[in-house]
Amino acid sequence: MMEPFLVRALLAGLCFAAVAGPAGCFIVWRRMAYFGDTMAHSALLGVAVGFLLAIEPMLGVLAVCVAVAMVLVVLQRSRPWLSSDALLGILSHSALSFGLVAIGLMAWIRVDLLSYLFGDILSVTAADLWLLAGGGAIVLALLAAIWRPLLAASVHEDLARAEGIPVAAVSTAFMLLVALVVALAMKIVGILLVTSLLIIPAATARRFARSPETMALIAALCGMLAVAAGLALSIRLDTPAGPSIVAAAAALFAVAQVQVRRRTGITPG
Amino acid sequence: MSSTRGGVNNEGAAAPGESGRWLVAARGVYLSFSGRPVLKDVDVEVGGGEIVTVIGPNGAGKTTLLRVLMGLLRPDRGRVQRQPGLRIGYLPQRIHVDPVMPLKVDRLMTLVRRARPADVADALAETGVGHLRAAPVSALSGGELQRVLLARALLARPDLLVLDEPVQGVDYAGEAALYQLIGELRARRGCGVLMISHDLHVVMAATDRVLCLNHHVCCAGTPDAVSQHPEYVRLFGRQTAGAFAVYAHRHDHQHDLGGNPVHLQTGRLPEGSAKGRNAGEEGPA
Repeated sequence: MMEPFLVRALLAGLCFAAVAGPAGCFIVWRRMAYFGDTMAHSALLGVAVGFLLAIEPMLGVLAVCVAVAMVLVVLQRSRPWLSSDALLGILSHSALSFGLVAIGLMAWIRVDLLSYLFGDILSVTAADLWLLAGGGAIVLALLAAIWRPLLAASVHEDLARAEGIPVAAVSTAFMLLVALVVALAMKIVGILLVTSLLIIPAATARRFARSPETMALIAALCGMLAVAAGLALSIRLDTPAGPSIVAAAAALFAVAQVQVRRRTGITPG
Repeated sequence: MSSTRGGVNNEGAAAPGESGRWLVAARGVYLSFSGRPVLKDVDVEVGGGEIVTVIGPNGAGKTTLLRVLMGLLRPDRGRVQRQPGLRIGYLPQRIHVDPVMPLKVDRLMTLVRRARPADVADALAETGVGHLRAAPVSALSGGELQRVLLARALLARPDLLVLDEPVQGVDYAGEAALYQLIGELRARRGCGVLMISHDLHVVMAATDRVLCLNHHVCCAGTPDAVSQHPEYVRLFGRQTAGAFAVYAHRHDHQHDLGGNPVHLQTGRLPEGSAKGRNAGEEGPA
């Protein structure tokens, strides 16, 4: 029989993988990997804000991620002289550094930094699990609501705009959604590994998918498989859980490449 | 023919081409990006059933003008009017669908507007790509993709087709065939066509009116009138401009996607494009 903490960890991981699969597909389609990373790095500043205001860290993370996403939207609209990826680089690492500095300054708080950087899925509580399930359901519902226009905007922005899709609104909505996903993911794999669970399962799924929807579904399943395998690995070999899950996802990705290449002769790239 | 649809203020706009009321009209449009004027006092209009082609050097504001006319960009000054309920079919400049997006042609067709499968099949057949319905979009050639997108635009039953360099990324044989298709669609459906083209030879042959743009309208009118215009000659050089006199000849056939000769009534091939394949069959009529 599995230990209760392990059951909670598994359920939490499966919940998150179900959300990360579809959301991650859009991250990959829209080339927003670096944006996801920026959101994740901003999360530590959110943790600090959470401590400072004595609120739930996840809410602090959500607030800071949303704020950073909005700053980015505004900066990009103002036709900046810096490219988007340079802007992301500045925001990403300054938010991470400000977060570390802020936590360092709060000498009265003992923070296990590693658990925020790499996650602490084995310590998921029942309350965490409810939060994750509820938040995950909200993300999936929102994603389903904007699925069609977001997909059109992801295929070709100008074409979608000419056909009456409110591209700016839909894109901004998706950025906020990513902020929410990052806030949910922090406990599971930690801020340094959040984007991996968004991108790797989606990339793995591409090889088997014939439509955007099947890719989202397969990505969710790949993520779930990685969570289960990673947790098993972590228990058996006493390795850190978050990185073990990501390692399992990466191994799955690699195996999928070999499989597909042998079967169809398609080379990735 | 009637000048305007009831209730639409024409604001003294000059009558469009010979075919009747305009579908879209711009008056005195001025637009600048970060202080640099891109469009300066541009007047343009497209009538129903009319093919209007915008030519001009790179960076002359051609795509910007199209975007303004479609309402995607708001001009700083001037006014743009579209007929109420005007349906526009838009073909942007060379779409690239990343292979990471698993998208088949029939899904691309209904990405924004829903359509019955039968209508999708009909539209694809009309542009000659009915066989590609289940093909992945990222595997299409330039010409195939343009035809798919044209079919997609037709699904909306457009009054106006807006085509931004429709033959970009299409080989020579495909280019002429694509222009011919556009001409056929206009004739069959009676829609107006507004397009940007770099292919001066084709423009002069298959267009009702030409607008020569270099931030401002250098000259506009029938292909004959424009090609004589000093502004036009200055912009494209005497040699290029003069070439029309020499090569404004009829071909009696065209080449399909496989390079086989196909008889046709209209359409032109640029000089040299047929060399080496069917050179013996080419020549002034």
